[in-house]
Amino acid sequence: MYQYDTLDKAFVADRSAEFREQVSRRLAGDLTEEQFQPLRLMNGLYLQLHAYMLRVAIPYGSLDSRQMRKLAEIARTYDKGYGHFTTRTNIQFHWIKLKDAPDILDALASVDMHGIQTSGNCIRNTTADPYSGATDEELDDARVWAEAIRQWSSLHPEFSFLPRKFKIAITAAAKDRTAAKAHDIGLMIRRGRDGELGFEVIVGGGMGRTPYVGPTIREFLPVNRLFSYLEAILRVYNRHGRRDNKYKARIKILVSALGSAEFARQVEEEWSKIGPEADLPDTELARIRAAFAPKAFEALPTRSDVFEAAKASNPAFARFARNNLRAHKKPGYAIVEISLKEIGATPGDATADQMDVVADLAERYGQDDIRVTHEQNLVLPHVKLDDLPAVHAALATAGLATPNVNLITDIIACPGLDYCALANARAIPIAQDIAERFADQDRAEAIGELKIKISGCINACGHHHVGHIGVLGVDKKGEEFYQLTLGGSGAEDATIGQMLGPALPADRVAPAIDTLVEVYLRERQDGERFLDTFRRTGVAPFKEAVYADAH
Amino acid sequence: MPTLIKLADGHMSLVEDPFTAVADDDSVPHGDVIVSLKRFQAEGEALLAEGRLLGVRVEPDEDVEALAYDLPRLAVIALAFPKFRDGRAYSSARLLRERLGFTGELRAVGDVLREQAQFMVRTGFDAFEPADGATPEDWAKAAARYRHVYQRAVDGRAPAFVERQEA
Repeated sequence: MYQYDTLDKAFVADRSAEFREQVSRRLAGDLTEEQFQPLRLMNGLYLQLHAYMLRVAIPYGSLDSRQMRKLAEIARTYDKGYGHFTTRTNIQFHWIKLKDAPDILDALASVDMHGIQTSGNCIRNTTADPYSGATDEELDDARVWAEAIRQWSSLHPEFSFLPRKFKIAITAAAKDRTAAKAHDIGLMIRRGRDGELGFEVIVGGGMGRTPYVGPTIREFLPVNRLFSYLEAILRVYNRHGRRDNKYKARIKILVSALGSAEFARQVEEEWSKIGPEADLPDTELARIRAAFAPKAFEALPTRSDVFEAAKASNPAFARFARNNLRAHKKPGYAIVEISLKEIGATPGDATADQMDVVADLAERYGQDDIRVTHEQNLVLPHVKLDDLPAVHAALATAGLATPNVNLITDIIACPGLDYCALANARAIPIAQDIAERFADQDRAEAIGELKIKISGCINACGHHHVGHIGVLGVDKKGEEFYQLTLGGSGAEDATIGQMLGPALPADRVAPAIDTLVEVYLRERQDGERFLDTFRRTGVAPFKEAVYADAH
Repeated sequence: MPTLIKLADGHMSLVEDPFTAVADDDSVPHGDVIVSLKRFQAEGEALLAEGRLLGVRVEPDEDVEALAYDLPRLAVIALAFPKFRDGRAYSSARLLRERLGFTGELRAVGDVLREQAQFMVRTGFDAFEPADGATPEDWAKAAARYRHVYQRAVDGRAPAFVERQEA
């Protein structure tokens, strides 16, 4: 993992000191709330329905046990004993007092963490493949580029007051676990004909009220030209993106208005004037790359007798192994997904005690490496097969062994009206309802991969547009209703979901999803996921079944 | 007259502003003036012929490239920040300095707060009309808040990746 050096540490400490001063000006009445708002937002401090919310950056979703323990300590000391991992791979604390915020930032700074650029119209946290460095699907380690982007984007002199927020995703695997095509910029590492590495550059994807799958504006950008090219994209956007209407200010609107070919032409023209002096020197890239050099993996056999025996004797472990483990590039190791979707709990929430358990396991069994996924789960990327029974047992004791990764109960949901001032409807109780309805693990496994994503309003923080089944909360004359969409995908086959029909009241959402699942099970042909069946049959059979009683 | 803070040789100081900012529908007084881009394009030759120093105020939706051939004749370019959140002038400033080679005074006007000082200094501004009552000391402190920076920019500060190599 990348370790902050004295320069990185000084940067975070300077930020913390600046914010402490701003809070004291606010508490003394020298700043009005209106003047203070943009300043606190620059540090991730939001004012929500009931309290302040602090959003802490977890750059490219990567952290170590020391950092996870500090998050647990903050949850215990300053919040109600838990935190919420987000679809941006950050963590939010929802019950913060303004007067505590500077102390929290100092506590975070002590482990090289902060809230910088987790809000505001700037370049936000970069999403990277959570299996980076562990999967053999990757052409390169995406974290190297994500860390370089973190540094380049930190208090960028030109691009800190963009028309709107700006999010970059990067993946080096064919299977996209970052929703790259739903980001402002998606970078997919490709190998060129001569073996050289480059980026496919996708610009203008996004969710919100006008969802787009981003178009590719450049098929192949040599990797060493990344930063001059990013500068060109951001400059075209900063100068020409709309600023008159915040709902039309994202880069996707500019790309769509110009057309992707014209947008690409403008970027290329700007890029030709910038030149390679804006690129990061190879020496710095090499320094960052060295920080992600693989730790010494043991030479292990592919088969572990301990692992096989545990699967044979313990059905709960076997189920966990089926659903929550992924292939590792090294024999004798596995990638472990830890679901934060315990049935009936709030998706993405973890208690302070659970954070400590994950930190302990990472330290003891997982090369001190923890990842957060944009689907609001955690990952221990490097665990020996021999150690899995012990890891599973510890997770199970902590309520962290829910064996449902990628299944119907592995639901993404935004905080919704329970916390958020923007929401029209609650999201969490809907997620809980659905999860409880499909609590039978055998049935969930029989249904297979099915991604449900729930947003409490059109801002789409729960990514409903790209859910295999998306659920969007809407307000109808003061009542909470839910609009269902089908067939979305945030993966390499990115698609925006299609509307099913009229919105449903809250108590009909889970039964409707049950009906959709029944149609799928009836219609599916061998090996089809829900998404595949939907793509083959279209919306008709699903629509008919859900609205049958309305006819 | 608004406060004018100037940056010269790394030092911020309060100066008397020799320029008068002239609105489009006001008549141009004697002496050094700053006029809008539109007015400059219509009356620039005449105003310069009167032997005065001239500045041009550029709004964020106006392209600084339009001034490319006039830059050697201009003493000041005032880039407008209609709102704190409007960041277009940072790109304008950088282009003026890095691409178009403007060496005169680059002034930030409008909703100019100390929290922007570091970004302004880094993109090449050297004169500021703060709207928040900031003193040169406040401004200097805000601009120098961060001991390290991560990017190359107009101010010539060594970015972290250069500092690391020299360490």
